[in-house]
Amino acid sequence: MSAATVFGLCAAALIGIGLYGLIVNPHPLRKILAFNVIGSGVFMLFGAIARRGAAAGMGGDPVPQALLITGIVVAFSATALAVALLLRLFDETGSVTLASEAPDKVQTGTDDA
Amino acid sequence: MLTTPGGILLVMAVLVPFVGVLVGLMLGGRHAQHVAALTLPAGLAIAAGLAATLLQSGDTVVYLLGGWAPPLGIALRADTLSVVMMLAVAVVICGIGLYARSDFGSVAGAAEARAPFTFWLLLLAVWGSLNLVFVSGDLFTLYVALELLTFSAVPLVCLDGRGDTLRAALRYLLFALAGSLLYLLGAVLLYGAYGTLDITLLAERIRPEPIAWTVVALMTVGLLAKTALFPLHLWLPPAHAGAPAAASAVLSALVIKGSWFLVVRLWFDVMPGVVTLSAAQLLAGLGAAAIVVGSVVALRQERLKLLVAYSTIAQIGYLFLMFPLAFDAVGSTLEHGAALTGGLLQAVSHATAKAAMFMAAGLVYAALGHDRIADLAGTARAMPITVLTFALAGLALMGVVPSGAYVAKKLLLDAADGSGQWWWTMVLQGGAVFTAGYVVLVLANALRRPSAPLPSVKRVARLSEFAALALAVCSLLLAFSALPLPGKLISNPLAPAEMGATLLVFLGGAALALGLSRRPLFADGRTATDGPLRRVSVAVGVAFEQADQGIRRWPAATLGLLALAALFGWLLKAH
Repeated sequence: MSAATVFGLCAAALIGIGLYGLIVNPHPLRKILAFNVIGSGVFMLFGAIARRGAAAGMGGDPVPQALLITGIVVAFSATALAVALLLRLFDETGSVTLASEAPDKVQTGTDDA
Repeated sequence: MLTTPGGILLVMAVLVPFVGVLVGLMLGGRHAQHVAALTLPAGLAIAAGLAATLLQSGDTVVYLLGGWAPPLGIALRADTLSVVMMLAVAVVICGIGLYARSDFGSVAGAAEARAPFTFWLLLLAVWGSLNLVFVSGDLFTLYVALELLTFSAVPLVCLDGRGDTLRAALRYLLFALAGSLLYLLGAVLLYGAYGTLDITLLAERIRPEPIAWTVVALMTVGLLAKTALFPLHLWLPPAHAGAPAAASAVLSALVIKGSWFLVVRLWFDVMPGVVTLSAAQLLAGLGAAAIVVGSVVALRQERLKLLVAYSTIAQIGYLFLMFPLAFDAVGSTLEHGAALTGGLLQAVSHATAKAAMFMAAGLVYAALGHDRIADLAGTARAMPITVLTFALAGLALMGVVPSGAYVAKKLLLDAADGSGQWWWTMVLQGGAVFTAGYVVLVLANALRRPSAPLPSVKRVARLSEFAALALAVCSLLLAFSALPLPGKLISNPLAPAEMGATLLVFLGGAALALGLSRRPLFADGRTATDGPLRRVSVAVGVAFEQADQGIRRWPAATLGLLALAALFGWLLKAH
């Protein structure tokens, strides 16, 4: 098994773990972390692809690396925006639950999120 | 491939709004509005110039960034599809800009507020990102453009900073991010398999094989999550209904078109030979489900803005009906043809009409201080222009009178007849009845004589009223797009048969409104007991509402996302 394959499998595992976290964790901060885990998986996969596609005499295909940097910046901005919204939500409401299925109902009662 | 004359306009279309954002950010405070006031006409002129260039040359406008040709460089391209969308977006943004002057305008001497500043900058940012979505010729640039669009749209949801709008914004952001990661994963796999992300190069290299099927499934489903196609619409109703009216108009009329456009690009231009008819049937099937569920739940709403938000879900469904109708005669390749023209026309007329509808709802809210549908009696007399706007926008959405959507429907019906897919004929005809349902419901309430004089109707700005009306009229005027079409398609729209069909749509809509509305339509003053028919239909309505709430739970929606991706993959492979 080549190094690229090992990295590809690790990437798949990361994406799977992240998806699981995104689905089952009700807490928004954990969802944000799960998003970052999936993101890392995708970036690692891209790195493995860059390695596999290396032309003669080069360590790797440079195009994916350039795209990766952009992707990381985008993921970072997304995380920053999500955390800022989360903090603001906590300031305004004192809870960070995402569950607002029925906005018409009375929203008192304790949130156990 | 080289930069074509006029190619610089593509760069300007993206650059000018973003320069506006930066200048506004630098000058700060009140000046954001002035910067926007300067940028809006400039952007409109650029879009018009681009359209003129395209008409003159008749070929795709191309600009190579830095003079480097793909696969090494990045190309910006604008074909008819992109230019039509850019023009529509420019017109709607300018309309929204006029409308928002009263809500977010600054009064000399008043203290600076955060919301107007944010609104004007984000309006420009949404515009720039949408233009980038329309002109990008490369799937990774498109990813960045989509993310920019989401980042500028999410804060629009929570401009007023209330708790529920913040929650709606966070839900929107998190679900959209899940979608964009699936898209990015697809893009990465494509690069791994074919070594390029340039759309034209990919279209030549791509073959129907497992990796391509996986990629189509992942990217399509990711984009559907951002478009909020049923059953992936968990974020849309609270986000679009909670935002200020001008922001709702941006979100509902324009932002969702960005990811929809990308689905079109992907299916028609990148992999027309990879996608299969059965996958397209699934896509349109989801659209049909969206029309039924969105419309029925819209009828069950108590508040006008939520009704309009649910109607957006139904209208998104319409936009996906064209996919199975656009296949060639043997059903193997997607073609640029009448069905695509119809779908595009539908998107444009929806953009104008839905913006007008949200603006009208916002004006009603501003004037009455509430938007409870059951208490709208007397509105038509107090604010006739606004109610007229709502009615015209409703007609445009139904597609019954000569309007853009009417021509679009004719084109799609023709394509359905041509390919023998009678079931889509039924959906196209029936969809208008559902739309008529909630339009009739609102108008019936607004036209009613109030039992007591209206307490206090605040005056709303005339400019806002006329901006909304102008957009609604635009949507009707799109009927003139039928002029270049073959004459036999659009026979006389005032012929008895057509008028009869229109009447049927209204009667069906009235029946739906009578049966499903939350409060009985004609029950004020007397205690009406519900007949058995009404009881049954209310039970059906409640069942739809509960199903909608169930689907809109987070775990259900995310699992639905993955299940849909698997289903798409299977349908592509099974061919």
